[in-house]
Amino acid sequence: MKETQIQDHATLAEAFIQDEERVNWHDGALWFIREKRDLAAKKIPEWENLREVASQIKHNVISNLHDYLVQFEENLTRNGVTVHWAADAAEHNAIVYSILKAKEITQMVKSKSMLTEECHLNEYLAERGISVINSDLGEYIQQIDNEPPSHIVLPCIHKRKEEIGALFHEHLGSEKGLSDPTLLTRVARKHLRNVFMTRRAALTGVNFAVAETGEYVVCTNEGNADMGAHLSEVQIASMGLEKIIPQKKHLSIFLRVLARSATGQPITIYSSHYRKPRPGQEMHLILVDAGRTRQLARPDFRDSLKCIKCGSCMNTCPVYRKSGGLSYHNTISGPIGAILAPNLDMKKHADLPYASTLCGSCSNVCPVKINIHDQLYKWRQVIVKEGYAGYTKALGMKTMAWTLSSPGNFTKAGKAGRWFMQNLPFMINNKFNPWYKQRELPEGPEESFAEWYAQNHEKEEPVYK
Amino acid sequence: MTVGLFVPCYVNQFYPKAAKATLQLLEKLGLEVDYPTQQTCCGQPMANSGFEHLTTDCNENFIRNFAQYDYIVAPSASCVLHVKEHLSSARQPENAALIREKVYELVEFLTDVIEVERLDAVFPHKVGLHQSCHGLRGLHLSQMSELNAPYFSKPEQLLNLVKGLEQVTLDRRDECCGFGGTFCVAEEAVSVKMGKDRVTDHSKNGAEYITSSDLSCLMHLEGILNRQKSNVKVVHIAEILNASL
Ligand code: SF4
Repeated sequence: MKETQIQDHATLAEAFIQDEERVNWHDGALWFIREKRDLAAKKIPEWENLREVASQIKHNVISNLHDYLVQFEENLTRNGVTVHWAADAAEHNAIVYSILKAKEITQMVKSKSMLTEECHLNEYLAERGISVINSDLGEYIQQIDNEPPSHIVLPCIHKRKEEIGALFHEHLGSEKGLSDPTLLTRVARKHLRNVFMTRRAALTGVNFAVAETGEYVVCTNEGNADMGAHLSEVQIASMGLEKIIPQKKHLSIFLRVLARSATGQPITIYSSHYRKPRPGQEMHLILVDAGRTRQLARPDFRDSLKCIKCGSCMNTCPVYRKSGGLSYHNTISGPIGAILAPNLDMKKHADLPYASTLCGSCSNVCPVKINIHDQLYKWRQVIVKEGYAGYTKALGMKTMAWTLSSPGNFTKAGKAGRWFMQNLPFMINNKFNPWYKQRELPEGPEESFAEWYAQNHEKEEPVYK
Repeated sequence: MTVGLFVPCYVNQFYPKAAKATLQLLEKLGLEVDYPTQQTCCGQPMANSGFEHLTTDCNENFIRNFAQYDYIVAPSASCVLHVKEHLSSARQPENAALIREKVYELVEFLTDVIEVERLDAVFPHKVGLHQSCHGLRGLHLSQMSELNAPYFSKPEQLLNLVKGLEQVTLDRRDECCGFGGTFCVAEEAVSVKMGKDRVTDHSKNGAEYITSSDLSCLMHLEGILNRQKSNVKVVHIAEILNASL
C-alpha cells in the first residue's frame, strides 16, 4: 500500500528557518503581540479571575452541550433564522451550496471564518461555479496567494509587506514595488468595496452564540463581516458546536478576555450581534460537528473545545514563532492546532503533539485555561499506543531506535534506565547525531559522578581537594 | 535528616561537577547526604516521547533507591518535575506517593525546606539566569511572566546571597531555550534556533555566565556557545552557590 506522506512539522520548519532574517522578524512581530497582551492583562487586577470564570462557563457549556444547542436552535427559529446541522465538512459544504443554488447565487463574500477554511469550502464551491472572496485583509492576501492562513487571527503574519506588494502588483495591478501598508490596504479596499456592493450572499463565522437569545456575535477589527452581512440578501453563519455560551451576560467575560488575549486591545473594534433577518433577507445558521463530538468523548482532550480562537497560544509559543504557522500543515496551527488536529486524523497529524518543548507558556496565556501542554503530553501517549509513532520524524529516527523496542526488553531491574541513558539522543557521542549539526557535544569528563563518588566519597576523603 | 542525592543520568555522565557541587553544598549546610549507587534514568525522556507505559521498570528502580530518605534532592528541575508528576507504582503505590511529596529540586529545597538565609559563596561575575520551563512553570521556582501575579524568584533569592555576583537583565526573562528532550534532535532546526536566540539575549545583555537549575537546558546552550566559539560559559546554579574564591 502506497502512502503519500505529507512533509512533517520538523521538515517544514527547517525550510522556514532557512531564511533566518524572516524568522527573526516573524518571531519579533509575534512576541510584540504577546507583550501587548501581557500589558493589557496586567492592567486588569481581576484578570486571572476572569480567565477562571471564562474557563468554568465553557466547562458548563461543553458538559451540557446538547441542551444549549437545542435551546439555541429554538431561539434562532423563533427569530426567523433557518437552522442547519452538519455532521462533517462535506455536509456543511453541501448545505451552503444548496442555499446559494436555490437563489441562483454565483458569488459570495466571506469574513471571519476559520471553520470554512477547515471545510475547504472555497475549493468546493469553486468546483461548482461559485466564487468566494475572503474579505478580511489577511485572509484576502492568503487567498490571492493561494495559501492557507498561517495564524487564526493574523492569517498572513509570515509575509513581508514587500511580498504583499508584489502579490498585489501581480493580481490586482497595483504599482510595482509598493510596500507601504496604508497604501496596500487602500488597494485592497478599492477591490473589496466592489465585492461588497455586488455580492448577494455573505458568510461569516461566529465567535459567540448565545443560547438564551438565539443571537450570535462576530468580533472583528475591520468591519467586513458587517459590510458583507448588511448588504447581503442571503446571510449565512457557520459555527462549530462548541461556540455556544449560555447567556448574554457571559459576553461581558468573553469579550473582555478575547481581544486582550488576541492582540492586547481592550475590545475588538466591532462586536456585532446578529439576531433576525432584515425584511426581505434570508438568514441561515449551520451548526457543524466535524469531529467535535468525537473530541468531546475523549476525557483527556475535551477541554480543547473551550477554545475561543484568540490565537494567544500561538503568539507565545516559541516553536510557533520560529517555525511559522504553515509548518503545522493544518488549518488551526500552533499549540491549539496540535491538540485539535490528531482528533481529526491521528496518522496525518501524529507529528504535531511533538512540535513542542512542553514549555507550558500556552496554557498560561490561554484565556479559558486549557491545559494545552498537558494535552500535548497525553496525545503523545495516545499516538504511541495507537501505533502512529512511526509516522513522526520525532520518533522514527535511527538515533531514537529505542522507542520501538518492546517493553519485554526491559524486564530486568534498572536495565531500561541504563539502556535509555546510553541511547538518549544527546548522549550519543557521534557526529551523525543531529545534535552535532549546529551544536558541540558535551565534553565527556574524565570520570562520571558515580565513578568519582565510588572512589572518593565513600572512603570519606575530602569532597574537594 | 538524611537526604538522598538524585543525580540524573546525563548529569552523572557529562556534568559531574554540578553533582559534586550539590553534594558539597548540602554537606556544608550540615546535612547528611547519601548517594544511592543503583539509580538510573528517571524515565522522563521516554515518557515525554509518548512511552510512559514503558517506564514501570525505571519507576520501580527509583522507588527502590530512594524510598528510605527523608528528602530526595536533585540538581535538575526537569527530572524532579517528572518524578513529582508521573512516578507511579502498582506494587508500592504508597512509596510512590511519598516520594512524589519529598522530592525537591535543589533551589526549592534550599529556599523552602532548609530556608537558607546566608551562603559563603563568592562569584564575581555577570550572570544571566535561564529559567528552565520545568522549573518555572512546573515547579514554580519563579513567577511566570504570563500571569498577572506578584513577582518572586527562588533562584534569584539565592543568587542574591552570593558575593560579587551581578545578575543581568534579559529581554525575555522566561523564554524556553528549545532543548525539550528528544525535541532537541527531532526538531533540530527549531531547537537550535530557539537556543541561539536565548544565547544572544544573554550575551548582548552582558552575561559572562548563563546559569540555570536545569543542566539539560545548559547542555543545549553550551553546545551552541561552543560551536559559536563564544566566551560566554554555562554553569549550574549549584556550582555558583558552592563557589569560593
Ligand atoms: S487554546 Fe486558548 S490561547 Fe489558544 S487560541 Fe484557543 S483560547 Fe486562545
